[in-house]
Amino acid sequence: MATISIKEVRKSYGNQEVIHGVSVDVEDGEFIVIVGPSGCGKSTLLRMVAGLERITSGTIEIAGKVVNELEPRERNIAMVFQNYALYPHMTVFDNMAYGLKIMRLPKAEIRARVDKAAAMLQLEPYLQRKPRELSGGQRQRVAMGRALVRDPAAFLFDEPLSNLDAKLRVQMRLEIKQMQRSVGTTSLYVTHDQVEAMTLADRLIVMNQGVAEQVGTPISVYEKPASIFVAGFIGSPAMNLIPAEAQGNGLRLAGGGVVKPRDVALPDAGRKVLLGVRPEHLGVVDGSGGADLAMKVAAVEALGADTLAHGHAQETGETGEMLVARLPGSTRVAVGDTLPLAIGPGMAHVFDAGTGKRI
Amino acid sequence: MAEPVDSMVQNNRGSRLIAHAVLILGILIVAFPIYYTFVASTQSLQTILRPPLPLLPGMEFFDNYGEALFGGVGRIGGVPVSTLLFNTTVVALAIAIGKIAISILSAFAIVFFRFPLRMFFFWAIFVTLMLPVEVRILPTYKVMVDLGLIDTYTGLTLPLMASATATLLFRQFFMTIPGELVEAARVDGAGPMRFFFDILLPLSRTNIAALFVILFIYGWTQYLWPLLVTNRNDMNTIVIGLKKMISFADADTEWHLVMVTCVLAILPPVLVVVLMQRWFVKGLVETEK
Repeated sequence: MATISIKEVRKSYGNQEVIHGVSVDVEDGEFIVIVGPSGCGKSTLLRMVAGLERITSGTIEIAGKVVNELEPRERNIAMVFQNYALYPHMTVFDNMAYGLKIMRLPKAEIRARVDKAAAMLQLEPYLQRKPRELSGGQRQRVAMGRALVRDPAAFLFDEPLSNLDAKLRVQMRLEIKQMQRSVGTTSLYVTHDQVEAMTLADRLIVMNQGVAEQVGTPISVYEKPASIFVAGFIGSPAMNLIPAEAQGNGLRLAGGGVVKPRDVALPDAGRKVLLGVRPEHLGVVDGSGGADLAMKVAAVEALGADTLAHGHAQETGETGEMLVARLPGSTRVAVGDTLPLAIGPGMAHVFDAGTGKRI
Repeated sequence: MAEPVDSMVQNNRGSRLIAHAVLILGILIVAFPIYYTFVASTQSLQTILRPPLPLLPGMEFFDNYGEALFGGVGRIGGVPVSTLLFNTTVVALAIAIGKIAISILSAFAIVFFRFPLRMFFFWAIFVTLMLPVEVRILPTYKVMVDLGLIDTYTGLTLPLMASATATLLFRQFFMTIPGELVEAARVDGAGPMRFFFDILLPLSRTNIAALFVILFIYGWTQYLWPLLVTNRNDMNTIVIGLKKMISFADADTEWHLVMVTCVLAILPPVLVVVLMQRWFVKGLVETEK
C-alpha cells in the first residue's frame, strides 16, 4: 500500500509530445480511474507508472520514492492487462505463482498466497487448468489473482474489462471494486467506459489529448464539469451545449430566444458562452409560463425507464443544435409535439465559447 | 484434426475401393525398393550377384549385419559401419541442436531487444540464405584447414550450423507473441533470460520439434561437405561410407554389405520422424498462444 505522486509528467515520441504535463497525487488506498477517449494518453500514463514506458520529463513517485529509472519489477506494482496476458503454457496456479517464484519466496508461502487469492476469486476448482480451458471471465480473474498474490504497493489496471461481454463486465466491475476495498491497495484503473469510471472511482482523472482536464470525485465531475470536453464525455446521453451570448440577466441564444437559468451565476454581458444542460435536467412544465425552451420533437427513443426526446428548440432556431431531453418513462411524447422544457434550478452550466472552460 | 468431409467425398463402395487401390499402389511403388533393399541385405553376395534376386529375406541376416556393424568393411578402410553410424549421429545431432540454439537466440535478440544496427544484422542473417554451403565451400574449406579442423567433429558441423531459415522461422513465431505477455513477465520480475527460458522456450517447443526433425535429416544426409572435410576413414559419415563402398566394377562391390548399410542409414531418420511425428505435426499446424 502506498501513495503515488505524479508530477508534471510528460511523454514525447520523437518531436511529438503526447502527454503534456500531468500532475496528480494519489492517496494511500485510493481507487483512481483514468478515463478518456482512445488516443488521449491514458494508457501511456499508466504504462509510465508501471515502468513499461520511459518518462520524458517530470517525476513519478511510488511510496515516496522516485521510480523514474526503475524497472517494473523494482517498483512493487502489479498490472492487469486488457488481454489478460496469461502465460498460455502454465496452469492457473503457476500463472499466479510465477512472480512469487521469481521473488524466491518459500514454497509454502507461495502456496498459501495463491490459495488465499484463489479462494477470494473463486478460482479454486481451476488451479490445475491451463488458461485456454477457461472462459473470459475466469481468465480475467486469474489475471487479477496474479496481481493480488504479489501484495504490491499499487494495482494498475489497463482496460481490464473491455474484452468481456456486457453482463460479465458489470459483474466483474463489482468484483474488482470489492476486491480493492477488501485489500485496500492503491489502484490506478484505465478505461474509456464512463460507466466503469463513475462506478469504480474514488476519484476520476478525465484525460483529453494528453492533458488531465479534470481530477475529482465522480459526482463533482458530473456536477461541475471543468470544461466542455468533460461535460460532453461524462454523462449519457451527452450534455446539450447551446451557443449563447450573455446579456443582462439572461443568455441570448443563436435563434433569438433568451434563457434565464435560475441559481446560476451569469458572466458579464456580451461574452460569448456555451450553455450546457444535461438531458436529465430538462423537465416538461405545464403551459409555457415556466418554460425556458420550447422544443419541437423530431425523434423519440423510449427506453422503458426513460424516454429520450430529440428536437430543436424554437429559441435556438431551426438550424441550431439538436437537443436531447431525458424524460420519465411514463411521459407520452410524439414526434411533432412541442414540449415546454424548463432547466432545473442550478443545473445550467456556462462555459467560455473560446477556451471551453467553465465560467 | 480435420473432420472428414462427407459431402465432398462420395461415400459409396466403388469409389472407396478405387481410392484404396490407388493408395495401396502408391505405397507399393514407394515401399518396394526399400523392402527389396532389406531383402538384399539378408542374402549372401553370391545370391545377389546371380539374378534374379529372391523376393523373400534370406538366411544371412545376422552374418551380414554383424559383419557390417562390427567387422570393418574393406573398401572403406576397414572401418565398421557402427563407427560411421556414430559419426553421423553426432554430426546430425550437433547440426540440429546447434542450429536451433543459435537461431532461437538470434531471433530472440532481433525481436525483443532494441540495439544499434538491429535491422542491419537482421538483413545480414537474411542475406546468408543466398549463400548455402555449396557457394561458399572454398573459403570455408580454407578457414577449416587454417584452423586445423579437418577430420574433426567441429569441422564437420560448425560450417553447417549458421541458419537463416531457422532464425526467420523463430522470428516469425516470436513476432506473434503478444507484447502484453512480455510486459506481464517484466512486471512479474522476469529478466530477459528468465523470460526466454520460462516463457519463450516452452511456447516454442512445437516449433523446435518440427525444426529438429527437419534439421536432423538435413544433417544426416549431408554429402558434399563431409566428403571435403574428412580424410580419415574413421571420420566419414554413413553417406560418404556408402558411396565409397560402391566400386565401378560390379563384382568388386560387397553388395550385401552395401544393402545392410543402406538399411542402417535409413533407420535413424525414420525413427526420428516416427517418434517425433506428433510434435512435428503439431508444430506445423498448431500455434499455441
